[in-house]
Amino acid sequence: MSAGVETATQGAGSAALAAVEPRGARPHRISAGRLGIYAFLLVSALFFLVPLYIMIVTSLKGMPEIRLGHLFNLPAEPTVQPWIDAWLNACTGRDCNGLSPGFFNSVKITVPSVLVSIVCASINGYALTYWPYKGANLLFGILVFGAFVPYQVVIYPLIIGLSSVGLFASLPGIIIVHTIFGMPILTLLFRNFYAALPVELFKAARVDGAGFWGVFFQIMLPMSVPITVVAVILQVTGIWNDFLFGVVFAGRPNWPMTVQLNNIVNTTTGVREYNVNMAATILTAAVPLLIYFVSGRWFVRGIAAGAVKG
Amino acid sequence: MTSVLLKDITLSFGPVEVLKKLNLDIAEGEFLVLLGPSGCGKSTLLNCIAGLLDVSDGQIFIKGKNVTWEEPKDRGIGMVFQSYALYPQMSVKGNLTFGLRNQRVPRDEIEKRVARTAEILQIQPLLERKPSQLSGGQRQRVAIGRALVRDVDVFLFDEPLSNLDAKLRSELRVEIKRLHQRLANTMIYVTHDQIEAMTLADRIAVMYGGEIQQLDTPQAIYNRPVNRFVAGFIGSPGMNFIDGALTNGGPPAFQSGDVTVPLERYRFDKNTNGATGASVLGVRPEHVAAGDAAKALPYSREIEVEIVEPMGAASLVWTKLGKSNFGFLVDSASALGVGQRAMIGFDPDRASLFDGADGRRL
Amino acid sequence: MKHSWRRNFHLPAVIGTVPMILVAVGVFVIGIAFSMLWSFTTSKLFPTYDFVGLNQYRRLWSDGRWLVSVNNIWFFGLMSIACNMVFGYLLAVFMDQRIRQEDLFRSIFLYPFAMSLIVTGLVWQWALDPNLGLQAAMRNFGWAGFTFAPLVKAETALYGLVVAGIWQGSGVTMAILLAGLRGVDAEIWKAAKVDGIPAWKTHAFIVAPMMRGAFATAFVLQCVSVVRVYDLVIAMTGGGPGIATTMPAVYVIQLITVRQNVGQGMAAATMMLLPILVVLAVGGVFQWRRSRRKLVHA
Repeated sequence: MSAGVETATQGAGSAALAAVEPRGARPHRISAGRLGIYAFLLVSALFFLVPLYIMIVTSLKGMPEIRLGHLFNLPAEPTVQPWIDAWLNACTGRDCNGLSPGFFNSVKITVPSVLVSIVCASINGYALTYWPYKGANLLFGILVFGAFVPYQVVIYPLIIGLSSVGLFASLPGIIIVHTIFGMPILTLLFRNFYAALPVELFKAARVDGAGFWGVFFQIMLPMSVPITVVAVILQVTGIWNDFLFGVVFAGRPNWPMTVQLNNIVNTTTGVREYNVNMAATILTAAVPLLIYFVSGRWFVRGIAAGAVKG
Repeated sequence: MTSVLLKDITLSFGPVEVLKKLNLDIAEGEFLVLLGPSGCGKSTLLNCIAGLLDVSDGQIFIKGKNVTWEEPKDRGIGMVFQSYALYPQMSVKGNLTFGLRNQRVPRDEIEKRVARTAEILQIQPLLERKPSQLSGGQRQRVAIGRALVRDVDVFLFDEPLSNLDAKLRSELRVEIKRLHQRLANTMIYVTHDQIEAMTLADRIAVMYGGEIQQLDTPQAIYNRPVNRFVAGFIGSPGMNFIDGALTNGGPPAFQSGDVTVPLERYRFDKNTNGATGASVLGVRPEHVAAGDAAKALPYSREIEVEIVEPMGAASLVWTKLGKSNFGFLVDSASALGVGQRAMIGFDPDRASLFDGADGRRL
Repeated sequence: MKHSWRRNFHLPAVIGTVPMILVAVGVFVIGIAFSMLWSFTTSKLFPTYDFVGLNQYRRLWSDGRWLVSVNNIWFFGLMSIACNMVFGYLLAVFMDQRIRQEDLFRSIFLYPFAMSLIVTGLVWQWALDPNLGLQAAMRNFGWAGFTFAPLVKAETALYGLVVAGIWQGSGVTMAILLAGLRGVDAEIWKAAKVDGIPAWKTHAFIVAPMMRGAFATAFVLQCVSVVRVYDLVIAMTGGGPGIATTMPAVYVIQLITVRQNVGQGMAAATMMLLPILVVLAVGGVFQWRRSRRKLVHA
């Protein structure tokens, strides 16, 4: 809007300056700060990765090579014998059948526990959101409180309780225990999920005549896939990795992989076969690790979701 | 005096060109509005001016200084955001002074500026409150205050009223206008609301697809929109568009179906010579007269009323002209009924003619 | 009257949530109550109801092993929570800087969480073994005199546990804090930049206070897992050398199984519960006050 003359003189001045002045994209110098960030992250990544590397590398070496002590060296003569030994031959106390019985026990424990705990939690979450009855929220509050309670406080009453119905040291017993301790977090997850759904869906279904179970099976359950995936990942990981409940409540014939692993490693007499131990450790960690790498994003979402308190 | 000068501003995100060689010269004390639909690049342009985004090419001058590579804090700009972005756990005073304290401005200078800012914006009683305890209007004033307290030359507004309900929006719009009159700083304001643009701006830059379609005063844009997009974007209720063609030979006229509008009184754009072919005639509803007044106008015709939309003082009446929907305004008292026949007319001098292919003004 | 009863008491809902009722009441109320009850008795392996007042607590607090446990949990807890929070926060801040391969980094930081504590404990037991672990490897590389075998000596064994705890837990802390960081309105960052506030100050004075929820969540999660730490200790040190790394969780289990002293075990368990109750109560008061303040100024 300036007068023609003014613009002309201005234009001339800025044209002269433009030759030496900045134009276009800012030059991107790699600043010290940026380098520092990457350095920190890389060193941290090393910290996290080195143990895994050691485990893998050691599990592929023969014992003589291990005794030489070069921890970080790649195996000179790689061998899968330690893996075979770990799976089939390692001694867990009196039996020397390796980890394989433990693996199947873990499966026998994990699958039903995950199923039962998720079914219960989803019904809980649904009922709390759409059909809250008097005292329901109080019960939920107690449940959430229970999530913070150290296991050791309730472990003995549980032992007594389960013994009195003859379920102590049995497969149903451990399934019940996992359901109990998974319930708080899972119920919270499902409740938050259902609470975030539009309530109009529920109202429409009610207007159409559906009751408690009708709405649950026909409306809510089909929509619950995302949160169920998260819940499954959390539970499978948590239950597979459990040690304390397994060793107390499962009973000797049902001991999960984690317990077998600890027995193999920590209670051997004589020579410690480190390569076999490492192989055994990796085998035990394999299932949850696989789930983690395959479902990465969901896993992260599960942790964040499980951690968000209402 | 130029306050902000943009030369050949280009911004690409990968292969996508978001800003296409924009040029803008904003005078000191001017209130310039960047208006356009979502995705047109107006917020992007504002962020470039602020220094929050780097341009791919071009230069930015603020008060004569080339700031293309400068940090936002060194550009002499202050910015008000859509969500106001007040620091939630600091008091209003803390929000106002955080930047100054960071630059180690002496204490008494800070106090002076806070006092002056508070006085201008009438926020003295709010200084010790937290943002969560303020109303929407108060928050806006604090957000403006944050820029004011730094003694900047140019104020940037990024759709500050978009999050508000209609009533609050019109109240705060007036406050912004009042503020501009008092401070006389250069203000660059981004919005998608053409009413805000019309009421606040000294000049409007209508943007679309990363380009400035028209840069002019609100009245000029309203009267002579430079292309069909601008014509349709400005004005409420929106302009009527009739698809048709210019007649070949003889006196200039526009034809669409059984509608023939003589164009002797129409002021063709100086770049248009004897255009023919497909074109679009644009007439604003408020420029159409109905009833007896219509007969006096250069073009008039009898139509049948299809729909009546009462809007309070006036009613918007819909009919068809040359197969296109055509709306015009009547006083609600004149009670035109559906199915009734009425005379309507308009002066082609006030109409706009656009090329059928590229939409430019003919 | 009948209708209002009906509205609040849908039978199917109650039936469907029977497991929840059983668990909440049966386990978390009755179970805890019984634990506390038995702590006042002389129960050995099986519960008895021979009440002896606070005797078990007195015996507890004069047991050297318990005292060491308590010391250990405080030290381990404070150190690992502090380190986890700081390290996790730094990781989150750096991860938020639009770095390349963010997904890859995040996978690396989080995978330890997918591993059992037994596995973690064993792995770090080896890594910290003087003859096989990092110490030996470094010395083989030529760095003679490199010492990194904390598990060998009683005074330093706990540090070994802390390292394993950081390895396992800081990834989750990072994930939670990163989510909190990303939940902050982008315009706040822009406003701070326009004001000329340097990035670190924006983090420290503006953004971190806005992330209070995420910090609280991460902190609470840490507290809870620290108190429970059983598997890690068993796998890594078995409580040793001697009793240098024994923890209350281990102590309780030992008492009720091997040492067959349920009464004292329950006393120990109750003591474990108290700090959690305090933290929850404090947290509850904070929440209550915040919601009241919000109502006043709504």
